[in-house]
Amino acid sequence: MTLGYNTLVVLAGCALLGLAAGTVGAFALLRGRALVADAVGHAALPGVVLAALIVATLGHDPRDLPPLLAGAAIAGIAGVLSVQALARTRRIREDAAIAIVLSAFYAAGVALLSYVQTLPDAAQAGLTKFILGQAAAMRAEDAFWAAAVAMLALLLCLLLFQRLRAACFDPDFARVLGLRTARTDLALLGLIVTVTVAGLQAVGLVLIVALLVLPAATARLLTFRLPRLLLLSAMVGAVCGAAGAAASAIDPDLPTGAAVVLVGAACFTLALLFSPDRGLVAEALRSANRRLAMAQDHFLRAAWEAQEAAGAGPGTAGDRWTPIAAIAAARGWGEGRAWRLARWLALRDLVALSERQVHLTPRGAAAARRAVRAHRAVEHHLLALGAADTAGADRLADLVEHGLTPEVATRLLPEPSALPASPHALGGRP
Amino acid sequence: MTTAPPLEIRSLTVAYGDHPVLWDVTWVAPEGLTAIVGPNGAGKSTLIKAALGLIPALSGSAAFFGRPLDEVRNRVGYLPQRASVDWDFPATALDVVCMARYPRMAWWGRVPRAEREAARAALAEVGLEEFAERQIGRLSGGQQQRVFLARALAQDSDLYLMDEPFAAVDAATEQAIVAVLRRLTEAGRSVVAVHHDLSTVPDYFSNVLLLNGRAVAAGTVQQAFTPETIAAAYGGRLNLLEGASVAAGARA
Amino acid sequence: MSAPDFLRLDLPALVAAMLACGTCGLLGSFLLLRRDSLLGDALSHAVLPGIIAGFALTGARSGLPMLAGALAAALAATVLITVVRRAARIESGAATGAVFTTFFAGGLVLMEVSGARSVDLDLDCVLFGQLETVVWLEAQGWSSLLDPAALAHLPRQLHLLAGVAAAVVLIVALLWRPLHLLCFDPDYAAALGLPARRLEMALNLMVAAAAVAAFEAVGSILVVAMLVCPAAALRLLTDDYRVQVLGGAALGAGLGVAGYALAGPLPAAAGLTLSLNAAGAIGTLGGIVVAAAALLRPRAAAGRREEPAIA
Repeated sequence: MTLGYNTLVVLAGCALLGLAAGTVGAFALLRGRALVADAVGHAALPGVVLAALIVATLGHDPRDLPPLLAGAAIAGIAGVLSVQALARTRRIREDAAIAIVLSAFYAAGVALLSYVQTLPDAAQAGLTKFILGQAAAMRAEDAFWAAAVAMLALLLCLLLFQRLRAACFDPDFARVLGLRTARTDLALLGLIVTVTVAGLQAVGLVLIVALLVLPAATARLLTFRLPRLLLLSAMVGAVCGAAGAAASAIDPDLPTGAAVVLVGAACFTLALLFSPDRGLVAEALRSANRRLAMAQDHFLRAAWEAQEAAGAGPGTAGDRWTPIAAIAAARGWGEGRAWRLARWLALRDLVALSERQVHLTPRGAAAARRAVRAHRAVEHHLLALGAADTAGADRLADLVEHGLTPEVATRLLPEPSALPASPHALGGRP
Repeated sequence: MTTAPPLEIRSLTVAYGDHPVLWDVTWVAPEGLTAIVGPNGAGKSTLIKAALGLIPALSGSAAFFGRPLDEVRNRVGYLPQRASVDWDFPATALDVVCMARYPRMAWWGRVPRAEREAARAALAEVGLEEFAERQIGRLSGGQQQRVFLARALAQDSDLYLMDEPFAAVDAATEQAIVAVLRRLTEAGRSVVAVHHDLSTVPDYFSNVLLLNGRAVAAGTVQQAFTPETIAAAYGGRLNLLEGASVAAGARA
Repeated sequence: MSAPDFLRLDLPALVAAMLACGTCGLLGSFLLLRRDSLLGDALSHAVLPGIIAGFALTGARSGLPMLAGALAAALAATVLITVVRRAARIESGAATGAVFTTFFAGGLVLMEVSGARSVDLDLDCVLFGQLETVVWLEAQGWSSLLDPAALAHLPRQLHLLAGVAAAVVLIVALLWRPLHLLCFDPDYAAALGLPARRLEMALNLMVAAAAVAAFEAVGSILVVAMLVCPAAALRLLTDDYRVQVLGGAALGAGLGVAGYALAGPLPAAAGLTLSLNAAGAIGTLGGIVVAAAALLRPRAAAGRREEPAIA
């Protein structure tokens, strides 16, 4: 592959297109309008075919992009209006209306296309490329057009930033402020139509919706702040667009739309798995950590309470060895689990291990005391409120004590300095 | 009949995500008419749905007449919130009431005459017999609520769990529903209803459960429905633990 | 047109269109009433990688491996939609859009890579449908309809379509009441002890199976038209559940036949040279029917609002 001028221009054009689509898509996603792009894209087909037919009949070159895009825009707007008209019946909700419009308009496009293909002249040349996209077949001027339209959308987005933000985050509040959300919504729909139409040739009308949804959904996984979300979404969009064009340059048979979508899906999957806040991996790690911390608290508390039960006064559990079996019995754990925990705690220097017994180290004793204190603080609080009986308070405290800071524990306890005695008998659970 | 209570909830803890809604609720519903009251977000509907197994519980259990729900399903009726369904659905009032009898019919074929008559009788019970063939979207809000009540009645159960039977109905409908509930208890059935209006609790119900995440108070209305318990259920002093999150590993 | 020509070329395609559109029309009502029409859209796209994989693995365009692959893909897609919606906390429409476009794109690339495209299953079939390839070359005349030898050579698309249609009709009939309740009030269904989750799964699998079977006849995207349009048209016109569901099936089948006839045979009979893509004609008719229903409706709706509603 040689990186000719044409290829470079198309690459840059597709990147800009992705940039605009990512930005508009972020607003569309936040406003719950992302799938409108699906209706617009599919609805554009009959517009493109009719435009080519008319242009060819008039004797012009039917491959000229502007008339085709104009046809696509008109049909796309008609599609949006049809969705709204159907949704106004209230019998058919918006999602069904979108499905109806996209499939019926697309069907009309397919029928028209089959008609055009029977005509002798070359009106149909390259029209099917609009369905799945073929960036490699784009000429430099096509890329200029697409990029120009996309930049227009981007500019409008920035100009309307405040309005769009208000409409997306709190439409009711915006209305109270006197902002006309209906007008803002209309502007957003216009923006969606614009980027969708701009992307038809490169990405194709079947999959163009993904260029709006996937970057925005990816960004949403990574940040909560709108400016950053827009920036990320635009960047991911640009990467998708450029990657799609590159893939198409390498293998012109490959539907560009599919390449764009798969790159976007890869970004989304990575974010879904590895986002620091909301990623599945981070979530699983956090959950495993919490579970471990919980088991650790329970183990240390059981060791402490076993010593209390064996005669050390409350709050002064001292220098004794506790059989691991006793801890397992107190928690209702299998011995294997208690053993694994004991070894883990020994590794962290919280207990010492000998034979089948554990002994709290000074650090372990301090941690155990904190856990015992938190547990009894919650128990005490619930009992004082009469919100639970002793057994219930014990169970509840097991669940919530782990997030409790020492400060809160102090506020819950009657005598903040002392460690109170357990309200219930210590030892094995039923 | 056994002497086991209609509903016995043991140590029920339910969380949405990490956020606990019900905390270790233990409660025995007595026979008769019982109201579950509490502030918004107290977990009233959650309690009913979790007892019926419609949402998963972190821990705890519910027994109906001393047995697990699956063994006594035909003795337990349910009235969901009216807003939970699409009232534009193509169905007549009679169709909706017939749904209650589906477990007694084959899954296909015509609705047997006896079942249809039972459904009609339930509609008559709530005063809607002449609306039997009307599409449910053409009924008023109060009538829709009564259709749901009729559907619950048609289950012919010994215990009815009702989620906000009085929500957004006019005064006449409210009185009609109360009359039906009274007739039910006179016939030896029990009703547990989520209720919003504190002022009508003593008039309509004989027992009460005050709920605010926890079971704050329970018993007869005379014993348990006092200014102190109401303040405890609606007051803010229970909130020290609010915001605490259940460790994800706690899921049993 | 002579009888043998009709039997060879038009009858198989007509029957295929009727079965495909009738099956989709039947299931569409359930999706619409569950307010889940988008799922039909999603599943009809999401089955593509499964179809291609089933085809690539066995190397033959036979029904069962493709069906199995498609059902697996449909299941994976429904599970993924839920995962994405929960984890990314985005509205279900966007989650659906993200998942099904990815599946569809994956299917397109798989088609390119596996070489399926060059052999037998091509892009045109996915995008436009191939009713024209459903032919019965062994037909000699009307007597062939009774000739077992000729009948054995009925096109295999018809076998798959007929099998799926029969299975769907049977399952819908057997699950008539549970499906009714599931559509209206799934929580109540669960409270009555009906297996709501499994019913939902069965419905989704039926939609996926219908999408696969119809896919070869009308293409991936026009399956959507048949899943939504007949159901939506009836939804605008009737308040009767039975009419809604059975009428949806009948309207779907009727649209299939009418669309096919309008696309080629009728103009030809009238002496025109016009010949349209049959799937396109069917889908367009579907849209027209919905538009007509929406225009006819206001009178009925207005009359309805005037009825007194006394508590």
